Amino acid sequence: MKQDRKISSLEQEIEANLKRVYNDIATQEVPDRFTQLLNQLRDAEKASTECKNG
Amino acid sequence: MADPRDEIVEHLSAMRAFAVSLTRNSALADDMVQDALVKAWTKIDSYQEGTNMRAWLFTILRNTYYSHHRKARREVADTDGEMAASLAQKPDHDGRLQMRDFNRAFEMLNDEQREALVLVGAGGFSYEEAAETCGVAVGTIKSRVNRARKQLVELLQMSDDEVMEATDIVTTGIVTNQKNVA
Repeated sequence: MKQDRKISSLEQEIEANLKRVYNDIATQEVPDRFTQLLNQLRDAEKASTECKNG
Repeated sequence: MADPRDEIVEHLSAMRAFAVSLTRNSALADDMVQDALVKAWTKIDSYQEGTNMRAWLFTILRNTYYSHHRKARREVADTDGEMAASLAQKPDHDGRLQMRDFNRAFEMLNDEQREALVLVGAGGFSYEEAAETCGVAVGTIKSRVNRARKQLVELLQMSDDEVMEATDIVTTGIVTNQKNVA
C-alpha cells in the first residue's frame, strides 16, 4: 500500500517535471533569429519570384 | 489567398519546447528548429490546409532530429549541463525529486519513448495526434508512453532512495561524524 502511494506520487512528479521543462521553454520569448529567419525566407522567395516574372 | 506559412510563427515556441524536451540541450534544440523551419518553408506543399499544423511541424522537427542531430545529442549529451543546472535550481514543490535526477532518468529512455512521453505528457497531444506526428500506430504510442513512464518510475525510485539519504544534511552530518569517530 505504502509502495503504491509512493509510485503514484512519483508518477505525479514525473508529469510535473515533463510539463515544467516544456512550459518553461514554451512561455519564453522566441529568440529573434527565428522570426528573422522566417522573414528572410519570405524575402528571398519574393525576390526570386520577381526575378522570374521580371 | 492566405499563405499557410504565415501561421508557422505561432508554433515557434512550441517547436522550441518540443526540441529542448527531446534533447535537453538548448543550443542543439535551436539548431534543430532552424533546420526544421527552412524545411517547412520549402515543403509547404506537403501540408494539407485545415489539418493540424503543429503536428506537421513537429513531424518535420523530429525527422530533422533523427536524420541530422541525434548523433550530436549523444556526443554533447550532458544532463548536468547548462539546462539541467538551471532547472535543478528549482526543486519541486516538496523539494524531493530534483530536476537533475529526473533528467538523468529521462536521458536513459530511448528516443522513441522520450518523444512519445513529451508529446503526450507535456505537449498536450492526444495519442492520435502523437501517432500521426511519429508516423506509427496509436497502440504503439500508447505502449511507448506506458513503458517510458514505468521505466522512469523504476529509475526514480532508485535515485529517490539515494537522494533521501544523501540530501538530509543532518543525517549526512551524523554519518560524517561517526566516520570521523571511527
